[in-house]
Amino acid sequence: MWRGRRGLLRPSGCGVEELRCRRREREAALRKARREQQLVSKRLLRDEATEEAEGGRVVVILGEAQIQEFLRLAQRGIEEKERERALVSLRRGLQHPETQQTFIRLEGSIRTLVGLLTSNQALLQLEAARCLHELSHSEQSAVAEACLPATSYLLTYLSGHSSDFIELCLYTLGNLIVESEAVRRQLLPQGIVPALAACIQSPHLTVLEALGYALSQLLQAKEAPEKIIPLVLGSTLPQHILQLLQPGPKLNLGVAVEFAWCLHYIICSQVNNALLITQGALTTLGLLLLDLAAAVQRTEDAGLELLVCPVVRCLSNLLTEAAAETVGGPMHLQDERVLAALFILLQFFLHKQPSLLPEGLWLLNNLTANSPSFCTSLISLDLIEPLLHLLSVSNVVSVLVLTVLCNVAEKGPAYCQHLWPGLLLPTLLDTLALSDTEVVGQSVELLQLLFLYQPGAAQAFLQQSGLQALQRHEEVAQLQDRVHALQQTALHG
Amino acid sequence: MQLPPALHARLAGAPGAAAPLPVQRDSLAGNAPFRFAARQVRFPREHEFFEDGDVQRHLYLQDVITQVAAEPERPRVPEFTCQVAGCCQAFDALEDYEHHYHTLHGNVCSYCKRAFPSGHLLDTHIQEWHDSLFQILAERQDMYQCLVEGCTEKFRTSRDRKQHLVAHHLYPADFRFDKPRKAQQAWERAGALVQHPSPSVPCGCALTL
Repeated sequence: MWRGRRGLLRPSGCGVEELRCRRREREAALRKARREQQLVSKRLLRDEATEEAEGGRVVVILGEAQIQEFLRLAQRGIEEKERERALVSLRRGLQHPETQQTFIRLEGSIRTLVGLLTSNQALLQLEAARCLHELSHSEQSAVAEACLPATSYLLTYLSGHSSDFIELCLYTLGNLIVESEAVRRQLLPQGIVPALAACIQSPHLTVLEALGYALSQLLQAKEAPEKIIPLVLGSTLPQHILQLLQPGPKLNLGVAVEFAWCLHYIICSQVNNALLITQGALTTLGLLLLDLAAAVQRTEDAGLELLVCPVVRCLSNLLTEAAAETVGGPMHLQDERVLAALFILLQFFLHKQPSLLPEGLWLLNNLTANSPSFCTSLISLDLIEPLLHLLSVSNVVSVLVLTVLCNVAEKGPAYCQHLWPGLLLPTLLDTLALSDTEVVGQSVELLQLLFLYQPGAAQAFLQQSGLQALQRHEEVAQLQDRVHALQQTALHG
Repeated sequence: MQLPPALHARLAGAPGAAAPLPVQRDSLAGNAPFRFAARQVRFPREHEFFEDGDVQRHLYLQDVITQVAAEPERPRVPEFTCQVAGCCQAFDALEDYEHHYHTLHGNVCSYCKRAFPSGHLLDTHIQEWHDSLFQILAERQDMYQCLVEGCTEKFRTSRDRKQHLVAHHLYPADFRFDKPRKAQQAWERAGALVQHPSPSVPCGCALTL
């Protein structure tokens, strides 16, 4: 059912350690970029196989004269093969930043390229599009923005029929979209949203993945909540996106990843989530979560976390909408299998990507906070103990686990009864030995609830040297009041 | 993290929710100095809570280089030629042929043989260039529709439409798929004049030149 997405290609001759080091560097750069709100990534589509056939990956820097010659041949060559070859040579040269710079400074170069892009010669068109694609991928704004005269054509070609060509146009547009707000200010009036809405009906998976990518870039823009998301929500795109996320034999991982991220950017911008809920987003995402939990058990497929992450985020944020709260209504998510799925995915995160545990636990909080039903399921499905085991992972995770336990405990004696005795007390005493204020604070909150609702809890706490465990926090500013109050309750009831 | 064995079976089982245990709160719970209140949390897009997941997403975007040749849908086949009359282009891959066909032979105007990138543009072209009824209607109402999908504006003349495309949709003034048809008009009218059987038949075209 899960069709594998296309594989990662590693540059040959790179040691594993070097790769890891590079990845760490890139990760650090991305974190920095995100904190500066400059998180932008472009995607490069290159036909590796053709390149190998063409004689390896040596990239040639072309000079002005050479570029001019290739353009002349491409435009006016007599033999079609000759014209094609000229463009291929140009394209290979354009893989190098220096050639790119020379190219854009040459008068008429883009105009010629656009002319070739709109010619009736299919192979010339394709090569011209590939040249534009190389330019669009540049990190130099001047180079990428040089592609602007071509955008109306790229959009027009989205309603064409050649899937390869459309795919290329989409990735190129996706790269241009992230370039700057100026580019988007051109693409929006040129009709990019209706063009994408028409194109999303394509049956080709490669086209859909490319479209999802381009759309995700558009939705990630800074001005998206005000200028772009309303347009998208007003189009037929949301319905198609939800359809493409339906679990089943037709679900493709690469495609689903892109559209799940699209949905995340829309939802977390909080423009009109009620609309998405009426279109069945909660149901679709809930079923998808179940499907993903089943999938992680079956396969070692690298990459499932790329889809789980946005699905978890979408669900979690949607649950906070008023429209989701109508208990018993058709939109209400009330299937305890969701809880089962979530725990299976938490386990998956623990092994594969521990940094995503907080997000999974955030969803768990939103499921349980206002839901006696889900809190009961947590108990009846024996999930309290597995939850306790997560307490040793990190402070952030611990705070979230304790919050979920508080969600259960605050519902009263019938719930606390099932939290007690078991591992809870020894575990809480352990957390009190930590120094993180938030973790200790949340432990203290949980203890207060237990003392209130569970007879014998305070006594057991005293017997296990609970008071001593509390002592070390008596002077901590954020904890003092609560620690003293708890000590009093334990001693005097 | 050990999960109870029955969990996997539950996942595969029927939808449903547990009958909730009775809720019974004490007014002392959450009272100062304690502050816990069960509540859902939402995070906006730029929140640092999303940092890790966002970074993973972008690492993925930067990493993946597609291997086009690995696609099972693209077999090389024995060379064949395009079957359209007058075209002798040869191919050894179906994808290349598909692109060629759609570019050169798909969406082709049967009157003047011009090829268009989409059915929409072809339809517009046929209407505006080869439909005499269109010309008649255009004298009295706005018939030239905007070329951008999703825009429902209509205009009196093709020049007005071009102006709209440029000013409103930021299209290039020399957009290739919106050529004016002045030369064509003159030619067609010349042709129509010659075909008229009798001079007494009212001939709108001659008069409107």
